[in-house]
Amino acid sequence: MSDFIVEAKGVTKVLGRGAAQVHALKDIDLSLRGGELTVLMGPSGSGKTTLLSILGCILTPTLGTVRVCGRETQGANAEVLAKLRRDHVGFVFQSYHLFPTLTASENIQLALDIRGVHGEDARAKSGDALEKVGLAHKIASYPHELSGGEQQRVAIARAIVSNPSAIFADEPTAVLDTKNGQTIMGILAEIAKDPAHGVLVVTHDSRMTSFADRVIHIEDGCLVGDERGSAGDAAILTTVRAGRRT
Amino acid sequence: MPLNLTLASRNLFHDRLRFVATTIGIVFSVVLVMVQMGLYFGFGRMVTTVIAHTSADLWVMRHGTKCFEDPSLLTASKLTHVATTDGVAEAIPLVIGFSGWILPSGEITPVFVVGSDLQTLKPWNVTDGTVQALSTPGAVAVDRTYFERLGVSGIGSKANIRGLPVSVAAVTDGIRSFTTTPYIFSDLSQARAYIGIPSTMVSYLLVKLRPGADLEHVRHDLQASLPDSEVLTPAEFHERSRSYWLFGTGAGAALFAGAILAIIVGMVIVAQTLYSSTKDHLDEFATLRAMGSSNGYIYSVIIYQALLNAVIGFAFATLIGFSVVGFTRSGALPVLITPTLILAMFVLTVVMCVAAALGAIFRVVRIDPVMVFTR
Repeated sequence: MSDFIVEAKGVTKVLGRGAAQVHALKDIDLSLRGGELTVLMGPSGSGKTTLLSILGCILTPTLGTVRVCGRETQGANAEVLAKLRRDHVGFVFQSYHLFPTLTASENIQLALDIRGVHGEDARAKSGDALEKVGLAHKIASYPHELSGGEQQRVAIARAIVSNPSAIFADEPTAVLDTKNGQTIMGILAEIAKDPAHGVLVVTHDSRMTSFADRVIHIEDGCLVGDERGSAGDAAILTTVRAGRRT
Repeated sequence: MPLNLTLASRNLFHDRLRFVATTIGIVFSVVLVMVQMGLYFGFGRMVTTVIAHTSADLWVMRHGTKCFEDPSLLTASKLTHVATTDGVAEAIPLVIGFSGWILPSGEITPVFVVGSDLQTLKPWNVTDGTVQALSTPGAVAVDRTYFERLGVSGIGSKANIRGLPVSVAAVTDGIRSFTTTPYIFSDLSQARAYIGIPSTMVSYLLVKLRPGADLEHVRHDLQASLPDSEVLTPAEFHERSRSYWLFGTGAGAALFAGAILAIIVGMVIVAQTLYSSTKDHLDEFATLRAMGSSNGYIYSVIIYQALLNAVIGFAFATLIGFSVVGFTRSGALPVLITPTLILAMFVLTVVMCVAAALGAIFRVVRIDPVMVFTR
């Protein structure tokens, strides 16, 4: 078995039908390791979210294969994909998607509840997760009582509470101010220090690359750049598969 | 409390207006079904109340008699034959029939006269006077409910039936007829005169068996020797009367039709509100799905919501149902709500609400979790 958390090979995704058909992703190869924070950058419509959805087992590729923690997604039905997400994936969304009628703690416990962890165990784990994101004092607060940054931190706590191998964040700082954005990225970078977790962050904001171990560029459904190294170490640049761009 | 139940209850109570509208819909539906079924049971009990208060082992009646109020007659000569049949301890003649009660003002109102030995069938719930006093010439028992209709005020009040003077000697409480025609109890000979039945005829023969006699055996012997008559047990006559009035007349069908309509209305209301609530929470269900929740978990949230609706709606509906019972207790047709009916109504309410949740579940099944990235 490979040491990659997520491996995608030759992934192509076609959306729509007939005249409305769009090749959202074209023959993508990408692997994510544990202990790394990878930033995926690209302009609007470049296929970032589609790629995130496929790597996160929400969509399956039209062509190619995706393996998450050694499990292949090809041919999996919706329930099997849901189980893969339940077992291995945590998501952080741009709009937080917290449940407005549940407290911060309950929002986090919900991620455990769907995995069969209930009661005191779930309450303790949600408390730990909130502590990790610095919101232990907001345990009983409802989302409308939290700032945008705090809501996103609760969303991160929800994503990590079940200890998933892969954490996918879709534009997690897009609606936050710079300070809150930096805080969120700092938390995600901290999570990614653990070799058991691989973090992929989709963002428009080039300032966030300073937190990344690796930056991948996507344009028109193709990966066009793969930079390794931390901030200011952009020299290690590999242009990948440029020949495949169409 | 399980978290999916917490989520369901918070979603339910979050939109108070919708919650109130749903609850009203369920209450409306359940009360309607409960009252219709309560009327059905009340009606069923009322049309058989005299049979239920008669202490006979067998009823002998003219062949084809449909119900207790059926005016078919038997020849009184059968009395001796029945009384001398092996196993029979006693045969008591009973006459029934409509007559005219003449008020002191001269107006006439119809009454239903029941005349017997005042032992096997006697008025019950006597609140004033005595049954024994009915053996006095001209003595009758009337129900308190019909005082105004009969122009009487209690014991000693005078009137006429078919020109014969009568005096109220006993007052009952709660012996009402679904036809709203008052029952008048008297002894056999006076009842004949009030109705106009000759001494050669009777309406029924009430049979009491000797101790240890085999009921089926006696019935078989009586039936074999009385080919133009029928011999029924009280339970059989009870069921025949009930079936005739409920189904032979269409009254029961109307009550059932009302109940079914109420169920449909309730289901539509619950389905509509649950569907609309689910649509409003689609983002949340999509988030749950994206997080890896199974479909079953999401269904459980929707079904818990439906069950909460059912329990709350049922609780209010039961309170209203009991108010209706109290309100109709002294009316012409009391609503009868039994523990079995309450249990059946609870099951029906739960089934109705869960079935109504199917529309919302079908909507959730079609959720694409990828929508969480676009909102």
